[in-house]
Amino acid sequence: MAVPKRKSSKTRGRKRRTHEKAARPSLSVCPSCGEAKLPHRMCPHCGTYNGREIVAEEKKENE
Amino acid sequence: MRHRHKGRKLNRTTSHRKALLRNMVTALLDLEQIETTDAKAKELRSITERMITLGKRGEDDLSARRQALRVIRSKKIVAKLFNELGPRYADRPGGYTRIVKVENRRGDGAHLSIIAMVKEPVTFKDMKHKRAMLEEEAKLREASERKVEEEPVETPEDVEAVEVEEAAAEEAAVEEATADKGEAVADEPEAPADEKPEKKED
Ligand SMILES: [Zn+2]
Repeated sequence: MAVPKRKSSKTRGRKRRTHEKAARPSLSVCPSCGEAKLPHRMCPHCGTYNGREIVAEEKKENE
Repeated sequence: MRHRHKGRKLNRTTSHRKALLRNMVTALLDLEQIETTDAKAKELRSITERMITLGKRGEDDLSARRQALRVIRSKKIVAKLFNELGPRYADRPGGYTRIVKVENRRGDGAHLSIIAMVKEPVTFKDMKHKRAMLEEEAKLREASERKVEEEPVETPEDVEAVEVEEAAAEEAAVEEATADKGEAVADEPEAPADEKPEKKED
């Protein structure tokens, strides 16, 4: 069975893991309030999507 | 292959899934807007649309009412379906619900959506398919009428009348060109008018 000849050093392991990153969320700008929001989703800041009110403003703030 | 495999199982047994969707359609028709997962919303859409279609068959349709009662868990909501929702959506050719995605759920990160009954008035775009159907029907009807019209012999008075009609039709055509999409619907009945007179002059 193949077995490692050497222990991999701290540096070597860390170098390998430099590519393990969390993906940056793709964000778009809300056309009605200008805040960053996820694309194709209702804006969590103002409760609108495609210019339509989906969730009332007061109700959102209670959450 | 997913041939003939329709719908989502939603990680539930058949009876559990059926019970869940019955509860949900009852809640949606009652509250008009509910928040749920994407997958459940998409399943719910089809059932809700079917219920509204039953509701459009009218208050006196006992068969439709009984079919609705087999799904909806409350007589109160069935009454609302037939008395309120049916008339409300009488002019809308399907598409009574709207699904909008919202932020993922905190905790398990599930994809959430809001599914709501559409409240906006019916637009020109909503009627796209129905309009195409009606236009096709009108064309066929006109074609059959034209065959009948070609038979009678024209008198001089007829020709004069036609000329007046034609002038009016031309004015209408100019208006039509400048009119926006919304008004184009109203102008449509005039369109056959400028075709018929030309045929008569032959
Ligand atoms: Zn916004």
